[in-house]
Formats: sequence, C-alpha cells, structure tokens
Amino acid sequence: MITVDLVIREVRGLTRDDLERWIANQWVRPDHDDSGYVFCDIDLARVRLIHDLTTDLQVNDEALPVVLSLLDQLYDLHRRMRDLGEAINRTAPPEMRATLIACLTNTNQP
Amino acid sequence: MQNPYEMLGVKRDASADDIRRAYRKLAKTHHPDLNPGNAAAEAKFKQVGAAYQLLSDPEKRARFDRGEIDAEGHEAAPHPGYRDYAQTSAGQRYRASGAPPGGASGGWDPEDIEAMFGSMFNKTGRGRAQGPERGPDEHYSLATSFLNAINGATTRLTLPDGRVLDVKIPHATEDGTVLRLRGKGGAGRNGGPPGDALIAVRVTPHAYFTRDGQDIRLDLPVTLSEAVLGGPVEVPTPGGAVRMRVPPHADNGTVLRLRGRGVPAHGKTAAGDLYATLRITIGKPDAALEAFLRTWQPEHPNNPRQAMEAGA
Repeated sequence: MITVDLVIREVRGLTRDDLERWIANQWVRPDHDDSGYVFCDIDLARVRLIHDLTTDLQVNDEALPVVLSLLDQLYDLHRRMRDLGEAINRTAPPEMRATLIACLTNTNQP
Repeated sequence: MQNPYEMLGVKRDASADDIRRAYRKLAKTHHPDLNPGNAAAEAKFKQVGAAYQLLSDPEKRARFDRGEIDAEGHEAAPHPGYRDYAQTSAGQRYRASGAPPGGASGGWDPEDIEAMFGSMFNKTGRGRAQGPERGPDEHYSLATSFLNAINGATTRLTLPDGRVLDVKIPHATEDGTVLRLRGKGGAGRNGGPPGDALIAVRVTPHAYFTRDGQDIRLDLPVTLSEAVLGGPVEVPTPGGAVRMRVPPHADNGTVLRLRGRGVPAHGKTAAGDLYATLRITIGKPDAALEAFLRTWQPEHPNNPRQAMEAGA
C-alpha cells in the first residue's frame, strides 16, 4: 500500500506541502481510507511526472493544469486508438484489414 | 540500508571535510576494537564505513544525489514512466473528461464515437442523438474605436449569413474582451435552444490617447511661453476637453495628472486618471523671438546633453 509518507520518500526532493497542494488541486487523485491517502502505481508515477515538470522543466503552478489537461487528453486518445485497433483486429475480416492498411498508408496519393 | 547522510548525521550539502570529521567521530565511537563483543557497535561501524565510502567519492556521491544509485551503490531500477500507465486502462483514472465511468474499463459511449469518428459514423446514421440539441456557439470579432471602447457604444455587426446583431459594447471595455450574446449563435436541432454568439472586441489605437490599465496617457503640445510662464490650457479627455493650469517653469516631459479623467469607473473598479506629458512645441519662430535669443545671455547656462557626453 502506497501512503503519503512512502511517496515523499520515493520521490527525491518532493515536499509534503507540494504533494498536499497537488492533491488539493486535484492534479493527483489518490484514493482515501481511514488512515489517509492511498496511492495507486499510476498516482505515484503521476507525482513523479508533476515533480519533473515543476522542477526540471520549470512549469509553474499556473501553467501546470494546462499541461496536465493536454496530457490527459492525449492519453485519452491513445487509449481510444488502442481500443479501436483491438476492435478492428477482433472483428474485421482479413481482406478489410488489408484494405484499411492500404488506405492508411496511401493517404498522400489520390 | 539507511540514507548515508543520515547515517553520518550530516546535511546533504555538507563539505568533504564535514563528512570526514563526522565519519572519524562515529568510527571512533563504534570501532570494534574499542567495543569488544558488542555486535551492535560492529554492525554500526560497518554501516558508517559504507556510508563514508559512498559520500567520500565525489562521483558516487553525485550519482547517489541524482538517484542513479542507491545507498548500497547499486544501480537504482528506472521507475516506470507515467506513459507506461497512462496508455493502459489504468490511465482511465485521469480521464480528461471528468470522472471515470462506473468501473467500466474504457467503455465508449455514443458521444465518444461521434466526437472522434463523426465523419465515419454520421453517414450510417449511427451515434447521433435524436433528442433536442442546443445550437453551437459562434465566434466573431468586432473592431471598435478607442473612444467607443472607453465610453461605451452600440455597434451593428452583420454576420456572414446576413443576420444583423446590435452589439452593446460596455464602457471601459478592454482590447480582447469577449462579449457573449445569449441565444444569438447557431440554431438548435430538434427544438433545442440556439447557441450563443461570442464576440471578441478588438480596440483600434487612438491617434493620441493610449490606455495603461485604468489610466490614460497622452502627449500634450504646449508653447514655449505656456511652459515657462504657466497658464491655462485645454486638455482633450475621452469624456471631452477639460481646462487645466500648467504650472510656471514646466519643462518638456513634465507629467501632469487629471484625477478621475482616465477610464471611467466600472463594476468595483474606480475611475482612472489621465496623465498628460508636456511636449514643448516651438512652431515657426518670429523675428522678435529670434532677436531675443541672439542677445539672450542665460544667467545659469546649462547643457541638456551633459549626461550623454559624460556617458560617451
């Protein structure tokens, strides 16, 4: 189980104040139980991401929600594309898949 | 193993000397020869030694500080990146569009399909909601003069489809303000309400006024005698001309303030001021001025370019 204390130990240079502000701003959304916050692996990875953005890349608190929102939209699309690919793979007959590939790889030609 | 800095009881930015001193002190205290038979002391001595070995080597210390190696000098495993989670269904947790759907792993609803593949699925008639639908918002831009933006005005805007909108520009409107006209956008579908018209206001520059927040600035030409002797002058303001007294011995560049004559009060914002910067304008000199200047011996000659010459 990943707790706040563990996250602070794991992410070098992260302060408790920063982490609590990020949670208050909903930039990181851990679960909650009687003992406090409980983080999933993706929450911890997101804390690392935000930490890198704010320290190494000097993204400030005003710009950060914009950056996160764009990233979230990008990954939404990634997941949708993956779902679509899997759906085509499962349902489309081989000739149609071949036609689709031909169509996508020849978009520049009339 | 414990953090080597904590092990030696030094700060992260401790100098090499501090680290050596801390190590020697601890090593003396826990040396096995001085603590015969004390297993705890021996273990501590080894840990202190290992911590010192790491921190006394500048390269290892730097790698540890960067998180590349752990306290025992082993290469730290690279952390899985955010991307590794976000691209899988675990990424549902941070969906851009609000809360994740009730436990479902990435289910698509008809709106998702419409949003991404509208061109593909519309033709087959699938995905389109059948109920009333609000019309789309439409975006326009409107140029307005500086004075209309300061004083407020109503401007007629003709849309590409021939409709005419009377746009009320409130006073004190700033360049880039977006006005929303409710219900003046695209028509709704199946009995839904129309969208809004969103109008971005572009304020064209004025010949001599400039806006600076709530204040307005202008350069005010004055004659030589108005500047030297002082006297009443008329100052244009967005609300009409105002008489102001130029104090005697004013100079080119002197700034005079007309309180409350800037951008008018709006909402909770108080009215701004108007700042007039005096610009001495000689015009065509007459014979009397020329004759005076030829014979004039200034009491205190001054060189207005002194600062420039000193700096050159």
